[in-house]
Amino acid sequence: MAINNNDVQKIAQLARLELNDEQATKFSSELASILQLVEQMKTCDTESIAPMTHPFDAALRLREDAVTEKNLRDKFQSIAPATQDGLYLVPKVID
Amino acid sequence: MDKLHQKTLTELQAVLRNGDCSARELAEHFLQRIESHNRLNAFISVDTERALAQAERADEALKSGTGSPLTGIPIAHKDIFCTDGLLTTCGSKILNNFVAPYDATVVSRLNTAGMVTLGKTNMDEFAMGSSNETSHYGPVSNPWNTTRVPGGSSGGSATAVAAGLTPVATGTDTGGSIRQPAAFTGITGVKPSYGRISRYGMIAFASSLDQAGPMTRCAEDAALMLDVMCGFDELDSTSLQQDSTQFCAQLEKSVKGLKIGLPKSFFSEGLDAEVGDIIDSAIKTFKKMGCTIIDVTLPSSELAVPCYYVLAPAEASSNLSRFDGVRFGHRAEKYDDLVDMYQKSRSEGFGDEVKRRIMIGTYALSSGYYDAYYSKAQKLRRLISNDFNRAFEQCDLILGPTTPSVAFEKNAKTDDPVEMYLNDIYTIPANLAGLPAMSLPAGFDPKGLPIGLHLVAPYLEEGRMLNAAHQFQLNTDFHRTFPEEFIE
Amino acid sequence: MNSAKNNTPGWEVVIGLEVHTQLKTASKIFSGASTAFGSEPNTQACAVDLGLPGVLPVANLEAVRMAVKFGLAIDANINRTNVFARKNYFYPDLPKGYQISQMELPIVGEGSLAINTEKGEKIIGITRAHLEEDAGKSLHEDFHGMTGIDLNRAGTPLLEIVSEPDMRSSAEAVAYLRKLYSLVTYLEICDGNMQEGSFRCDANVSVRPVGQKELGTRTESKNINSFRFVERAIEYEIERQIDLIEDGGTVVQETRLYDPDKHETRSMRSKEEAHDYRYFPDPDLPPMLLEESFIDGVRGTLPELPEAKYTRFIESYNLSVEDAAQLTVSRPIADYYEQVVEATQPSTNASTNTATQADAKLAANWIIGELFAALNNDDLTIEQSPVTAVQLAGLLDRVKDNTLSGKTAKQVFAALWHQEGEVDAIIESKGLKQIIDVGAIETIVDDVLARCTEQVQQYKSGNEKVFGFLVGQVMQASKGKANPGQVNQLLKKKLN
Ligand SMILES: [Mg+2]
Ligand SMILES: [Zn+2]
Repeated sequence: MAINNNDVQKIAQLARLELNDEQATKFSSELASILQLVEQMKTCDTESIAPMTHPFDAALRLREDAVTEKNLRDKFQSIAPATQDGLYLVPKVID
Repeated sequence: MDKLHQKTLTELQAVLRNGDCSARELAEHFLQRIESHNRLNAFISVDTERALAQAERADEALKSGTGSPLTGIPIAHKDIFCTDGLLTTCGSKILNNFVAPYDATVVSRLNTAGMVTLGKTNMDEFAMGSSNETSHYGPVSNPWNTTRVPGGSSGGSATAVAAGLTPVATGTDTGGSIRQPAAFTGITGVKPSYGRISRYGMIAFASSLDQAGPMTRCAEDAALMLDVMCGFDELDSTSLQQDSTQFCAQLEKSVKGLKIGLPKSFFSEGLDAEVGDIIDSAIKTFKKMGCTIIDVTLPSSELAVPCYYVLAPAEASSNLSRFDGVRFGHRAEKYDDLVDMYQKSRSEGFGDEVKRRIMIGTYALSSGYYDAYYSKAQKLRRLISNDFNRAFEQCDLILGPTTPSVAFEKNAKTDDPVEMYLNDIYTIPANLAGLPAMSLPAGFDPKGLPIGLHLVAPYLEEGRMLNAAHQFQLNTDFHRTFPEEFIE
Repeated sequence: MNSAKNNTPGWEVVIGLEVHTQLKTASKIFSGASTAFGSEPNTQACAVDLGLPGVLPVANLEAVRMAVKFGLAIDANINRTNVFARKNYFYPDLPKGYQISQMELPIVGEGSLAINTEKGEKIIGITRAHLEEDAGKSLHEDFHGMTGIDLNRAGTPLLEIVSEPDMRSSAEAVAYLRKLYSLVTYLEICDGNMQEGSFRCDANVSVRPVGQKELGTRTESKNINSFRFVERAIEYEIERQIDLIEDGGTVVQETRLYDPDKHETRSMRSKEEAHDYRYFPDPDLPPMLLEESFIDGVRGTLPELPEAKYTRFIESYNLSVEDAAQLTVSRPIADYYEQVVEATQPSTNASTNTATQADAKLAANWIIGELFAALNNDDLTIEQSPVTAVQLAGLLDRVKDNTLSGKTAKQVFAALWHQEGEVDAIIESKGLKQIIDVGAIETIVDDVLARCTEQVQQYKSGNEKVFGFLVGQVMQASKGKANPGQVNQLLKKKLN
């Protein structure tokens, strides 16, 4: 599976990672070898096999609709990078 | 007479109950050892004050007779478990300032049981690694040979237990992260069935594979720990609605007639001869104990590594999106705009291995590749699981080596991710199938490095597996061998 | 009110709507934090809502019940196995970097909704409805050039209802939206508060030359939270697209934002980047398996639906089609109406003990007339009405037993509206009781006739118009309390 720097930069963009050219080159060769490993899956016939998402056949458990949480804003915001008036601050979002 | 740090949990319980030593003295003993052996780099943080306060409360409970079996026994938690008021880094720079505002369920269960938290152990960043070399907080040394790795990702916990810096530690296992380091450091490590132990508060790597477990000196200790760690948690939708486990009570059964299956693929090429020899002798021991040995096949397991390296990174790529520098964790100092803040914070905060896996996972889920990678891997996962079901129609337990080789030298595999990944070739299938599995000491190679024996049991049959391990340990003393350099 | 562009000759408009309905649960869809609106920022965002490391979702049973209720109401297929999936994208109001939603297997499958159009009934297909969590809010007020993030709304349960592209005009789109609105409020799964964003809509609009088979390129106008805005946004889009194509341009598939101040849509630059949401089943949430008994249980809680209520109102209360439509437009209105009818005393001439159709008609007139006008005036919903259904029924009883005239009844209503007390006490304190004692009225009539000799002469010489003047004099003298019917009778008797 060929994977070039351009592909790598596209994936990095989706994952919100920043790579310089040197890193992109390094990653593209590493990703290529990992994909080569992954491609071994092709040798196995999985026709008509149902995908397995969870390790056991469980059904979703549903909880009663009750308010159980209290306000811990001060505690949670004490570990936040930037807050003001109880809001988390981020660089201006442009719609 | 064994020193305090060589004792098992059962032995330490006796010490505490006889009053030979207080919980505070016990905590001080281990805290002092952590301090004097800190070149092993097994811990990311230690909170002496908090540990001693917990120990004093334990002493009161012991005095008033309100303690539980684990009251007053020190423990170290892998730094992947959130601990209220304590730094919780997950081995990453991106969480280098993250003081968790709540306790993981595992931590609160063990706190309630009266255990004393010594500190948080080093680990591969976000549990991604097999050598503990991806930690932002530096590599951990193997106490059997400090130029070697302890394995990973629970390498700090493994070294801490092996070197007697704590009698027990918690670990997590997504593809072998408890069992592989347990094998490399000569201790006992158990990954229970998926769903046995709550994942709440355990920072997610690959949610459908992650499972916590104990890292201990012996199988009996592991059973003791599991009886407390396992249990239904309403905060985790994948937590099993199980009756309380009673693994300790299942330890004194004879293993006579127990059918042990040897999967051919676990003994084929890639397995080092010294490891193979030691596993052969362990098989002989089981035979002597009256077990029947048969051959089984797990054909699809040969593709477990490629399958895993799609599924785990796919889930991880999504799980790690929350580390964006908005509500907690590292935020870059300089950035141009929102997207730049995301990119810089994440690129500065994550190490290369984490980035690699995020990239692989993002790729495998991206449009046009989902079917060929993600969906294909999930189908393969079912085939691997089916193989186990078929094998367990013929046998009670599956046995093999935990790893293809003994602990390797630091930096030996850091340049080749794929070679590193192949370390987990024997451990990964149990995670994919959600089965209980463990590693226990089976002997040493000619250089004196420990070798781990791997057991896999049918779903929810931890009791059977722990009993077989315990019976093996009653007939061997590999688990009692302590690394010379750290006896004092 | 069809705009010209809705009927631009040669063009066909194709509209599909995605409606986000906030389900009115007490707690969030995956956490135990409160969903109450209007609290201090981030005071209702718990560890799960904040996406702190290590936290896990646990799904809310009530949200599931509500989704099933909706599915049953539109006769949709309920997927016995449905799956939560992660939709991955980065946005500061999306704490985990993914939204838990449903992709391949939504809880509600295909269904439909009938709307009334100028050409009669039309069936609008509903593709699916799926459960998902809401995001937080970005506040763009100035925080030194930063944006503030409030995550109180993060994790609020939403049912996203996706229609087929079956609508052909903004009028049809609004009719569909109103119908849907009335349904979700009837089902009591949504509080219907559009200003608070409880019911908001994304409109997919495209145009194509009449006769062309393939759909044109569509745009998606996001997050429109009023019926009027939907209509305007769609009309703006239709006009923009047709103009664009007629001028030789092409429509770009994009997300647009409706600006209610300028009545126009504009491209959302920040969302322009090609999306790849990388949906995959959420490993934290096993598949939801719905048992037959559960679905039957929900079916048992289905209320009478708007359609059925409308028909019943016409049949059993003999209401006009217009009145029935107005009174069934929302469940609180219908309930209020029925409470009034229930509480009112049967008219004395009724043969049975139940309210007569005349009583029902009277109640309808008062609600549609006086009450709606007052609500409108004070910008209140019927649930906020200061006059309760029981009070209004009491007022109508005093009208029916002739204690009040039409005019004095309105005075009492006004007093009720200002919460000045109960009906009888208001009548008492304001002295509004109608005089029906014949002797008393006779005295007043005699006084008036004695005073107005001139007018009496005119009447007797054939000027019948003066009769009205005399009635007015009597009413005035009685301070409006004399029964006008009796006054008429007495005057006639005395004058002839
Ligand atoms: Mg949508
Ligand atoms: Zn949606």
